[in-house]
Amino acid sequence: MTEHSEFSSRMHRTLSLIRKEARQIIRDPSSIAIGIVLPVVLILLFGYGLSLDVTEVPVAVVMEDTSPAATDLVASFRLSHYFDVRPMTSMARAQELMLSRKVDGIIRIPQDFGRRINLGDAEVQVLVHGVDANHARIIQSYAQGAVGQWIARRAAQGYAMASGPIVVQSRMWFNEANESRYFLVPGLIVLIMTLIGALLTALVMAREWERGTLEALFVTPVRTNEILLGKTIPYFALGVIGLVFCLVAAKFLFHVPFRGSVAVLTAASVVYLLVALGIGLLISSAFRSQFVASQITVLVTFLPAVMLSGFLFDLRSMPAVVRLLTYVFPARYYVALLQTVFLAGDIWAVILPNIAVLTVMAALLWTFTYRAMRKSLA
Amino acid sequence: MFEAFYRILALTRKELLAILKDPRSRYSLLVPPVLQCLIYGYVATYDLTDIPYGVFDQDRSAASQQLLARFDGSGVFRRVVNLDRAADVKRAIDERRVLLVIQIDQDFERRLLSRRQADVQVIADGRNSNTAGTAIGYIGGIVESFNAKWRNEHGQRSTPIRLTSRAWYNPNLETRWHMIPALIGTLTFIQTLMLTGLSVAREREQGTFDQLLVTPFRPVEIMAGKAIPAMLVGIVQATLVLLVAQLWFQIPFAGSFITLYAGLSVFLLAAVGMGLLLSSVAKTMQQAMLFSFLLIMPFALLSGLTTPVSSMPMWLQYVTLVNPLRYAIDIAHRVYLEGVGLALLIPELWPLALIAAITLSAASWMFRHRLA
Repeated sequence: MTEHSEFSSRMHRTLSLIRKEARQIIRDPSSIAIGIVLPVVLILLFGYGLSLDVTEVPVAVVMEDTSPAATDLVASFRLSHYFDVRPMTSMARAQELMLSRKVDGIIRIPQDFGRRINLGDAEVQVLVHGVDANHARIIQSYAQGAVGQWIARRAAQGYAMASGPIVVQSRMWFNEANESRYFLVPGLIVLIMTLIGALLTALVMAREWERGTLEALFVTPVRTNEILLGKTIPYFALGVIGLVFCLVAAKFLFHVPFRGSVAVLTAASVVYLLVALGIGLLISSAFRSQFVASQITVLVTFLPAVMLSGFLFDLRSMPAVVRLLTYVFPARYYVALLQTVFLAGDIWAVILPNIAVLTVMAALLWTFTYRAMRKSLA
Repeated sequence: MFEAFYRILALTRKELLAILKDPRSRYSLLVPPVLQCLIYGYVATYDLTDIPYGVFDQDRSAASQQLLARFDGSGVFRRVVNLDRAADVKRAIDERRVLLVIQIDQDFERRLLSRRQADVQVIADGRNSNTAGTAIGYIGGIVESFNAKWRNEHGQRSTPIRLTSRAWYNPNLETRWHMIPALIGTLTFIQTLMLTGLSVAREREQGTFDQLLVTPFRPVEIMAGKAIPAMLVGIVQATLVLLVAQLWFQIPFAGSFITLYAGLSVFLLAAVGMGLLLSSVAKTMQQAMLFSFLLIMPFALLSGLTTPVSSMPMWLQYVTLVNPLRYAIDIAHRVYLEGVGLALLIPELWPLALIAAITLSAASWMFRHRLA
């Protein structure tokens, strides 16, 4: 056989494997569900639904004092778009509302407020429903802000009131409007790439192992690397489709700023997808059972992508042991890349090291997978 | 009547054996929940314990040193770098070496001593705006206490209003107290849904389901035989999470265990109903697994676990009304942290019962007409 015909028959074998796998994806509603439906649902949920921003919090304002100062302070809370103020005079009523979760906080202005404000020693009580701690903390700081603004306004109106002496002027770079959507939508790309790359591949390959159809393939003239290519190229393509969906939605639906270059984003995503596919292949060839493979895949890819990637929770605040653990999982590098490329721009000091780590991971995983498949041949 | 009872009992035994016989599946039912519970407990927090920051102090005065010493002594802020030029501020933040930079202007001390307002600029990395916002909040607190001390020492009037804050049910506002009880619902939901979905699909894939159908078992009995073991596993997993919450994280339990388990049982009925309905649609294990994932993801996101339901737009809040997990998390929080009794849980319990009734009867219809 000549060199050329050997190459073309190889191509032919790989292509027919790809065709078979692609048909299987298109015919199985569950692959379409994970590859296309779930990304769309998640995009819509993350873009329109989920938010860590707090606006219009229902709070009960208990006015035990009716002095002009107290009324003016309540007006300051009303003006803030963070609060949906329910004024009332009875503390018992407010507590009832809080118990039934009709309000998330109580702001109590005591009886002697008007008298003591002139002495420079008034008190305002803030009670928050603490079950959702993050939410509660945000409400506390907004209440602080509303009172601070009121003091500043009174001082400007000529009342003798000390504000300051130091005032913090804060600015949030990359996300001036403080929209949680700006980091949730890029983070979502990590989840979708992980689901398609790792979970779907692990399931499909584990099924072939479980049913013995992979062994059947081994006795044909198809080679190991051809099987690998034929299996992964269709899922790789599915991942790319998911990525394009996310990008289009992020840009045109949710107007998330994109300050880096598409080339960097594409490179990073391709490498991450290779890593995810590699993990899926390796897990499936190690466990060879759909149930166990899916459990393990969720545990080592999906959960770390949500919890240990810096997508939601700050990595630096984790205990040292867990922080070390985050370096093992690929998601943290991809999240750093996405957040930087989307919101900050092409900052090479962030991009290069992270892409380098992902590339090394991909190379290692594919070598292991290739070895594992070859071994089972013998 | 008794015969049906014995048949269901036999099926339950068989099903439990099938689940627990294989050491790998036994392991994957018990270890991941505990592991996840521990990881979530330590990781899933919006509280910050380490904030690397840079200082761009153009004043270099006693007052600015005093203020910065408060940050360095806070135990949370860690000064990584002292910056000399405005251009360095941008680099330090761009390259993620610091989360924020505190910039102090030249006339800082002069303004303070002449009793004028002095500004402190904070520039934060907003790539994760939630983290940045929390850090800015911490700065506000530190500056506030500096202000109070400064006014006191320099004989200035104090701010006219003291804000006293208290939080109900979670006095130190720990995210963990919110997260772990919520996991009682979330982890059991994931497991029961997958377990019921997969057990039917596995039998169908291996052809043993047809064998079951030719036995004297009625479809409803087969269904009960699938539902009861999954619920038992769910109860055991919930207990594991509860044990981790109390023994490891020592989150005080305010309510009654009977109330919690009663609420949990209604919830598990709803979860099992969904799992059975799903299994009657799925033809293979892969489909069962992926469909359950397709359900779990939106349910988990719309449950209030990671982002509050009240921050969602109104139309989506209506969507959460059909989400059993939302009620389960509410029940877990209300019983665990608030200590409410059964009577106050009725607003959560009746929707769950309704979901259970609808999904279970739909599943039994499918079992009779589609599978049999």
